[in-house]
Amino acid sequence: MSFELSYELLVGLLVLTAAAWSVAARDTYSATVGFVSYGLLIAIMWMQLQAFDVALAEVAIGSGLTGLLLLSAAARLRAAEARVTSRPPVMLRIVAALACTAVSVSIAATVLRLPESAPSLAGAAVGALPATGLGNPVNGVLMAFRAFDTLLEKVVLVLSLVGVWSLAPEPGWSGRPRLLHPFADDGVLRFLARTLPPIGLLFGAHLMWNGADEPGGAFQGATVLAAMWLLVLMAGLGEAPRIRERWLRVAVVAGPMTFITVGLAGIGVAGAFLAYPEPHAKSLILFVELPMMLTIALVLALLVAGPPEPTAGP
Amino acid sequence: MSALVDLFTVAAVSAGILFFLAGVVGLLRFPDALTRLHALTKADNVGLGLIVAGLLPQASSLLEALKLVLVWLTVLLAGATVGQLIARVARRAGTRT
Repeated sequence: MSFELSYELLVGLLVLTAAAWSVAARDTYSATVGFVSYGLLIAIMWMQLQAFDVALAEVAIGSGLTGLLLLSAAARLRAAEARVTSRPPVMLRIVAALACTAVSVSIAATVLRLPESAPSLAGAAVGALPATGLGNPVNGVLMAFRAFDTLLEKVVLVLSLVGVWSLAPEPGWSGRPRLLHPFADDGVLRFLARTLPPIGLLFGAHLMWNGADEPGGAFQGATVLAAMWLLVLMAGLGEAPRIRERWLRVAVVAGPMTFITVGLAGIGVAGAFLAYPEPHAKSLILFVELPMMLTIALVLALLVAGPPEPTAGP
Repeated sequence: MSALVDLFTVAAVSAGILFFLAGVVGLLRFPDALTRLHALTKADNVGLGLIVAGLLPQASSLLEALKLVLVWLTVLLAGATVGQLIARVARRAGTRT
């Protein structure tokens, strides 16, 4: 057995173990830790498949940010969970087990029945790439060939933030989200929150700028920016903004609005919604990506921060 | 010359892996959170440091070498901070019970 194959088998085994662990764990917190390690292992698998863009997205969003969301949910649920001691009735557990098995079996059957040579548009995407002026085919697909999907994805992000905010109590609407920060006045965390953000800001910008030609992109870069902002908030060095602030509302919709405006202009200039005039395609894409990154970073951080809470004072 | 450089890489990376192995053994065998942290931070700081030092001569450009060093420094910063935070929680929980 070659080294490569045994390495892949080992990673695959670890992925399955982490997945089983996070499903079987009784405690929400342990399940979340299992989920985060599962995400990191999946990213190693994507690296092995040479899909660096997907690996970056998995680490930043799938494992990191989703992990943080789940952790804060687990922390908020802890009090409620302690009260529930009885296990669900046997019938309910049998039905749940049957439903889960049915889903797993159908997924497995579908994967096994996939055609031998998977249908692929990769050749067409790479062939048409020079017209966009980009060097990274993944970014070409995201920002040009399937720009409509990317636009809708950003709209969904904004809607999800509206969903989180709508959980706020009535007086919360003039308040600000309050992060759980158990180490607010800790000197060590404050040191990290002062030292890391310059590096993180540079790295986030680098990921977005580099995404045009190499693995990276606005979403991955924005996640790094969001993480830096959350670090500052958690260290108690800053406060989340009041959600009624005008600049915040504008920044939250800036990305999708720019995208839609450029898309509508495309009808007149290039003949279709979201079409770019060829010589300016790359600069237009970067022009859309910049506010989009701002929107994604803000929305992701605010999703983690949670619904606004009533605060005293003006 | 190049064989000597390769030898250095193999030696340094192997030493780094040894530190990681020791860290894992410590994580599994040590009795409480503080001693386990002690074992883990050695793997992070020295183990990764040795691996980066071993890979430096293999870097194709100065920029790539600098990136490797930056990775190590960032992990040092994050690892040291998180280690401190976990230790604080462990100590707080220890004094309470």
